[in-house]
Amino acid sequence: MSFDVNSNKYTFIFSAVMVVVVAALLAFAAESLKPMQQKNIRSEKMQNILSSVGIEVEAAQAEETFNKFITEQVVLDHSGNEKTGTVAFNVDILKEYKSGGQQNFPIFIYTAESGEKKYIIPMVGKGLWGPIWGYVALDGDLNTVAGASFDHKSETPGLGAEIKEKWFQTPFKGKKIFDASGNYVSVKVIKGGAGENNEHGVDAISGGTITSVGVSEMVERTLKTYENYFKSNKN
Amino acid sequence: MSTTAAEPLFSKKNKKLLSDPLNDNNPITVQVLGICSALAITVQLKQAVVMALSVIAVVACSNVIISLIRNMVPNRVRIIVQLVIVAALVILVDQILKAFVYDVSKQLSVFVGLIITNCIVMGRLEAFALGNKPWPSFLDGIGNGLGYGVILVIVAFFRELLGSGKIWGFKLIPNSFYEAGYFNNGLMILPPMALITVGIIIWVQRSRNNKLIEK
Repeated sequence: MSFDVNSNKYTFIFSAVMVVVVAALLAFAAESLKPMQQKNIRSEKMQNILSSVGIEVEAAQAEETFNKFITEQVVLDHSGNEKTGTVAFNVDILKEYKSGGQQNFPIFIYTAESGEKKYIIPMVGKGLWGPIWGYVALDGDLNTVAGASFDHKSETPGLGAEIKEKWFQTPFKGKKIFDASGNYVSVKVIKGGAGENNEHGVDAISGGTITSVGVSEMVERTLKTYENYFKSNKN
Repeated sequence: MSTTAAEPLFSKKNKKLLSDPLNDNNPITVQVLGICSALAITVQLKQAVVMALSVIAVVACSNVIISLIRNMVPNRVRIIVQLVIVAALVILVDQILKAFVYDVSKQLSVFVGLIITNCIVMGRLEAFALGNKPWPSFLDGIGNGLGYGVILVIVAFFRELLGSGKIWGFKLIPNSFYEAGYFNNGLMILPPMALITVGIIIWVQRSRNNKLIEK
């Protein structure tokens, strides 16, 4: 070779060309794969929503099942009035929560083949290391919890990350968010165990206190916003 | 790819590049590289296979690329050049996994990204690809990737079977076993048992392979 591979000039030119080529390549790959990645994220969201009412589907069938059972989508504003012109599924509550507070409050209404309705409320909150989120489904009386599913970004495996597991989520089923006289009390995650007859509490996770408190706060704060909607739509 | 007609594509020397890392010079059990990811993603067979394929792809491709440009790379920035190429390939693999096997890519989480820091990859680039032609470098990459993958798959096989009674997500241990008092070993799911499993593999390999027996 006629030029010096180790000269300063060559080193700079080589580095610059390399960076540009690599950057262009990656940008191209990321852009062309984006539609498929977004479809996966969409399917996952549908799977999570359905799992809160006890329906487990494969990603491939998520869209079809979702359209079949989720018959209605409603969005409320922060004082509980219905909003028009916003599609509940497209609301990114995590993004809203991070940038200063949730603005849109979506509800997904599930109708079983028997005609029975369930109301699915999405929610976000704070865990120990990062955001946590989930879906709580209520029965037609808008009081009894029909099911819950939670997920997290980076909670500690074996401790806080257990909110993702069935043993933590199943006890939510059958709990009540209003007490006998109709006052809002939410469902709380109780450290040390909730006791068998507690209608408004479930067991917390040992060693996962901050995540448990996070779930409790998230459920209480989010459902509170929907209180008026619940009271006026009760049947 | 091989330019010199004198040497056949799969000469004895080239075959050795492929087979050596599988046994005599295995990156995990002999060189003890890449242990961190071997412990973390061997809970299920499926994860281990996807991880192994990703590493094979990254090692082989980066070996070939570095080998192709080895005479053009300024010596002073060669490590950075290697890093940029490995990082670019890893990001590419990550994006592809997210597009085609989303659930697996979620379980692998950070470990796909951490292939960048996998000592096997940088080790092969520095020790082999910088001084050899593309074809042998490619074989060396495939060989080392496979050597890593084989151990991953063996460890994952035992961990999934004993830890959750499943293989590739299918229940293998019949329910009658559980009724008779059989329990899944929860410890197998935790990282310490992965280390012990790797240790047992090293022990078995060393006791059977004459070249590895220390005097």
